[in-house]
Amino acid sequence: MEFAELIKTPRADNVVLHRPFHLAVEGTLCLTGHHLIFSSRRQDNAEELWLLHSNIDSIDKRFVGSLGTIVIKCKDLRIIQLDIPGMEECLNIASSIEALSTLDSVTLMYPFFYRPMFEVLEDGWSSFLLEQEFELLSSVTNEWRLSCVNKEFSVCPSYPPVVIVPKSIDDDALRKVALFRHGGRFPVLSYYHKKNGMAMLRSSQPLTGTNGRRCKEDEKLVNATLRSGRRGFVIDTRPLTVAQQARAKGGGFEQEVHYPQWRRIHKYIERFNILQESFIKLVEACNDQSHNMDRWLSKLEASNWLTHIKELLTAACLAAQCIDREGASVLVHGSEGTDSTLQVTSLAQIILDPRCRTIRGFEALIVREWLQAGHPFQQRCAQSAYSNSKQKWEAPVFLLFLECVWQIHRQFPCSFEFNEQFLIMLFEHAYASQFGTFLGNNENERAKLKLPQKTMSLWSWVNRPEELSRFQNPLYEANSLVIWPSVAPQSLQLWEGVFLRWNRPSRFLEEAEEERIHIIKYNKELQARVNALRRRLAQLEAEDGEVQEE
Amino acid sequence: QVEQVKLLDRFSTSNKSLTGTLYLTATHLLFIDSSQRETWILHHHIAAVEKLPLTTSGCPLVIQCKNFRIVHFVVPRERDCHDIYNSLLQLSRTAKYEELYAFSYNPKQNESEQVKGWQLIDLAEEYRRMGVPNDYWQLSDANRDYKICETYPRELYVPRTASKPIIVGSSKFRSKGRFPVLSYYHKNKEAAICRCSQPLSGFSARCLEDEHMLQAISKANPSNRYMYVMDTRPKLNAMANRAAGKGYENEDNYSNIRFQFVGIENIHVMRSSLQKLLEVSGTRGLSVNDFLSGLESSGWLRHIKAVLDAAVFLAKAIAVESASVLVHCSDGWDRTSQVCSLAALLLDSYYRTIKGFMVLIEKDWISFGHKFSDRCCQLDGDPKEISPVFTQFLESVWNLTEQFPQAFEYNEAFLLEIHEHVHSCQFGNFLGNCQKEREELKLKEKTYSLWPFLLAEQKKYQNPLYNPDFSPDLTLLEPNTVSFNFKFWRNMYHQFDRSMHPRQSVFNLIMSTSEQNKQLEEDIKELEAKIKQRNGQSDVVLEKEQEQTAHPAPVALKSPPCFQKEQPPMPMNDAVRTIEGSNTADNRYSELVSEFSKAEPAVVSLEYGVARMTC
Repeated sequence: MEFAELIKTPRADNVVLHRPFHLAVEGTLCLTGHHLIFSSRRQDNAEELWLLHSNIDSIDKRFVGSLGTIVIKCKDLRIIQLDIPGMEECLNIASSIEALSTLDSVTLMYPFFYRPMFEVLEDGWSSFLLEQEFELLSSVTNEWRLSCVNKEFSVCPSYPPVVIVPKSIDDDALRKVALFRHGGRFPVLSYYHKKNGMAMLRSSQPLTGTNGRRCKEDEKLVNATLRSGRRGFVIDTRPLTVAQQARAKGGGFEQEVHYPQWRRIHKYIERFNILQESFIKLVEACNDQSHNMDRWLSKLEASNWLTHIKELLTAACLAAQCIDREGASVLVHGSEGTDSTLQVTSLAQIILDPRCRTIRGFEALIVREWLQAGHPFQQRCAQSAYSNSKQKWEAPVFLLFLECVWQIHRQFPCSFEFNEQFLIMLFEHAYASQFGTFLGNNENERAKLKLPQKTMSLWSWVNRPEELSRFQNPLYEANSLVIWPSVAPQSLQLWEGVFLRWNRPSRFLEEAEEERIHIIKYNKELQARVNALRRRLAQLEAEDGEVQEE
Repeated sequence: QVEQVKLLDRFSTSNKSLTGTLYLTATHLLFIDSSQRETWILHHHIAAVEKLPLTTSGCPLVIQCKNFRIVHFVVPRERDCHDIYNSLLQLSRTAKYEELYAFSYNPKQNESEQVKGWQLIDLAEEYRRMGVPNDYWQLSDANRDYKICETYPRELYVPRTASKPIIVGSSKFRSKGRFPVLSYYHKNKEAAICRCSQPLSGFSARCLEDEHMLQAISKANPSNRYMYVMDTRPKLNAMANRAAGKGYENEDNYSNIRFQFVGIENIHVMRSSLQKLLEVSGTRGLSVNDFLSGLESSGWLRHIKAVLDAAVFLAKAIAVESASVLVHCSDGWDRTSQVCSLAALLLDSYYRTIKGFMVLIEKDWISFGHKFSDRCCQLDGDPKEISPVFTQFLESVWNLTEQFPQAFEYNEAFLLEIHEHVHSCQFGNFLGNCQKEREELKLKEKTYSLWPFLLAEQKKYQNPLYNPDFSPDLTLLEPNTVSFNFKFWRNMYHQFDRSMHPRQSVFNLIMSTSEQNKQLEEDIKELEAKIKQRNGQSDVVLEKEQEQTAHPAPVALKSPPCFQKEQPPMPMNDAVRTIEGSNTADNRYSELVSEFSKAEPAVVSLEYGVARMTC
């Protein structure tokens, strides 16, 4: 298929662009296969807007006489309006945008066409390999091994080719366990707490069914992670009733009789359409400037978004607490083990592991716990808050995770190497990107699409020094401690950087942020100068001394 | 003195507590815990003491403070508890001004310092700064002996054309004699903010002098013919007042006025609103939705928004339309003070400086008779007179500082400190209800002024991001008052609940870094001077030095290692970088764990109690 077929009117003049808190600009609109490009005609300070079609979440058109207006709502929550003279042009453009922003085939997406303008210093596709992770692990313990049982994606289609499992469990046992777990997602190592040797495992639900099926190998696997005489905790992200109902569909949970060394805790985390609805409601509330205070607060409440944040943070703290305080190993799962499970395991690591609070470490965490662990990004992030499609697999699971990180970041603003912009950038790229990183639903699909060969990795771009400097937190001081966030409602805040980003003038806040950075940078300069001057003075004094001695 | 008293954590569900000794002094209640940490509570700060039913561990005593601190003690013996309870009741309720802390507080200032302290804020000087007296406005001596209005200051500014009979006549037509006077004069626009109380218009009464008075105000503005009259009350309230012979201006009787209601609720609504807010925020194990719906039903943020909206309306009338505005509510000392002072703050950058903010409070709140004594319950009085009107003003200012982080010279700590002292009765400024009362109490001789003490500690209250050029002199600050901009002021209402705050404070870090930068700049000057001096001794070195300036790095390599010793330790921010309370038990998810670890109670390792990072 040629994109040209979809573009009926490639160009329109005298188009007026409206954005909130900006003056309207007149200019020319061009459509290409992947971009909507608007450029103002003014030569002086020519303004250009490049919008990826894949960033467009929904499009509305309306007419007043022959003047057409298109309202474009983006996945990054921005809303722009284009006034296009001429009914036909407007209709053509609207339908082209609609078609181009909802392409079915992944291979038509921009990452397959994008050619970077920068030199690749480090190929992001091979920056974060599980083998490296395992090497680090082997330096502190030899209780684990790297298994290639899933090399062909045949044991578990949503797992990566290599996984880390207890050393005492062989590949044959893993194959048996895979049959006992939903989608073949047998328990694998998610995090190893060096301080006390406790492990966090993740998996999907066990397939006990109604007749209480058991799997000796599964029991052996999870028990292999326990110290003798110690207990472990299973954190099930479903409420007990849901877990019980799951048995009727062949699912289930670990029963005490078969897992006597494990205590099960049900900590409910909301999922799928409930989250998506919550997201939509929150964005609606934030976009309406006319709400009076009561209405705003009740809309904010009704969205339930902050409740989800609190629940998720609480669950992550609970998992972290079991490991760090109770000195117990933890197994986390829900049903499929691809959503709430990953939220919990990755947030617990942010709390426990200082490495995950560095830029590189956070990237590794996302690769390990989200991309390789098989979070179905393509399904979950297909649409954002404005779409009417309402597919049941769409859900802001990853955004919710990023916001939780932001909440912890706000409470420990000096403990993270990256800044808020880094999190916002990840949100944007998860939904629409020129890079292939977030395409596909798991490593299996990515391998089939040959993404590493055909597309550029987000990490290749982000980790260039020029880009990195934008994402660094000037206040960062490495903090080797476990950081326990407060989950009191008074301590949680709306993530304004995402939800109010386009809804309020932010100039003063940005300037203040610049000033903060300036103060920190200036401090470093001054310290360097003072040190240099001191040395010089001392040297002069020493020289004087020599002269006198002579 | 009572020993073995337990101080419970307010929000902990696991009944975490500190054991220590409770002392009662003449002015304070003091608790020293086993690790020698002290908690001081001023008796005047105590809003309520409550004895709860006896429990197995002792007799619980809950103390609520006006600065929103809540402490929960458990006293082992009921008798002791009862004694403390009675003593606190007595000590926290004062019948006479002379018994307040300010009259016994002795900060070791000599008399001339005391006098100078009181002279620090000079309102006559402030009116001169605004540009009055001038061709249109003059100082009136009508109230020199508090004869016309007891609750106004002696010195009042009125239009030149308002003669004494007009003043007297107008004052008789206004509630409590509070006739229209100047509050703020905008030099560039030649427009004025005036304030007064409601007219005694009833259903049909009118007063020619009052009408002349308003005309005089509007004529004192050469750039605009019409003026606004802002009634800050909800229309319904104002109408109800007519039945009592009061009410609002009839537009037909006054020429060229534009009348406007702005709908700020009265002191009683505000009092119960705050009470609801505190109930909600004080709930243990609060869910997000209960918090948000409680926040909504308390109406608190709605009221804050209403106050700020009114101030924006007023400031725009002045700055955009160059129209003078007369503001009133019922008596003109609560809502009127809020709106006039906030509008002035938006209009004039002087009030966004530390000194200017003191002046603003002295002018619009203290001198114009905001009833601090009644509103803050300084003396044991009518509980229906208590209202957080001034707190709302501070909160509105805080909201502005959040929107304009670089526009204010002062920081949040300054607002909190002022709030603390409005209730502490430690300084004379806020005692009493009006200037006349203050003079009678001889406060200037017997007590001290707060402002010099705040100025002396200025560094603590400075905003490191402040940019004096942020908004040149008289450019209007235009806040966005869309609802989502108003946030719950955690640092005010949970100031003492440490587990709720960020464990690392960007603000403190920036503040101390900025402080250190100043010190480093000094050091550099000093070092440069020393080097110059040395170089003066030998010209040869001078050349060398210039060479080195360009390449400081090689010098570093050459320098012997012993130089390290000469560098004094950097006054780096140990305190600032302290991560405290990194402790699961502080945070509310602990309750979940207690479910499954009942057998072995969670041990809090000291390692995480306080963790320090060194730089």
